[in-house]
Amino acid sequence: MMSGLVASATLPDSITFAIAAVIVVLGALGVVLYRNPVHSALMLVMTLFGIAVLFVEQDAQFLAAVQVIVYTGAVVVLFLFVIMLLGVDRKEAVFADTFKGQRLFAGVVGLCVLVEIIVLGSRNWTTGAPSVAGAMKNQGANVNVIGKSLFTTYLLPFEVTSALLVVAVIAAVVLSRRHEERPTEFEDEQRTTELMP
Amino acid sequence: MTVNVSWYLTLAAVLFTIGAVGMLVRRNILVMFMCIELMLNAANLTFVSFSRELNDVGGQVAVFFVLIVAAAEVVVGLAIIVSIYRRHVGATADDQHLLKG
Repeated sequence: MMSGLVASATLPDSITFAIAAVIVVLGALGVVLYRNPVHSALMLVMTLFGIAVLFVEQDAQFLAAVQVIVYTGAVVVLFLFVIMLLGVDRKEAVFADTFKGQRLFAGVVGLCVLVEIIVLGSRNWTTGAPSVAGAMKNQGANVNVIGKSLFTTYLLPFEVTSALLVVAVIAAVVLSRRHEERPTEFEDEQRTTELMP
Repeated sequence: MTVNVSWYLTLAAVLFTIGAVGMLVRRNILVMFMCIELMLNAANLTFVSFSRELNDVGGQVAVFFVLIVAAAEVVVGLAIIVSIYRRHVGATADDQHLLKG
């Protein structure tokens, strides 16, 4: 495996991958191990940045930008908003078992998953036909290729996502609205007259 | 030329495992949600790796859709969490074991 690394990759690429991989794994461990949810959210930012670096490393510049904008710019900020709003930034005993041996069981399951993926995959990591949905290399800029594919091959899924986003926005508004007593008609009239100048 | 694709896939497997174990170990709902994001990102990394290895644009488009679905999921999930916390039940997932419609 080591020889494959040295043979196919240039030194700067290998170093970039190594640093980004360490950042990703440390950030992920931080998310799981930090007791304070705010710290977990900040470690999540670290992991997401590492992933963005790996995207750039693999010539996915558009996705790297979207990753930073959407994930660290929107998702994690939303997480932090909710943590602050609810005031749950107090510490939690991470390793207090809910039932006996839960930690051990989780560790064993995780190890099984990891070993299984690596053993099953290590014979031939990539199988399948190349360039089924369209070629990536030597087709022009990364954004152009993805855009062309989105608006031709994947046009219907792309349009469906807009419906999904509208549903999500409406659902968020409905769910986070406070359930008050419905005002009577009289109160309603009073409110409108109060609002009128 | 960047490092061999097997390294990326191994890293993604490690990341997915950490996310899965975190999901099983942690009890704070918000942190469990972050662990889901970790697993989604591991899947995204494999998509991009295969996209590079097979010279196929489909992998990167799939990551684009995963990002959209993840954003929608976070919006709805956090709204549910906020409405749960409003009812002043506890902060952990164990306190929601008696949910009723």
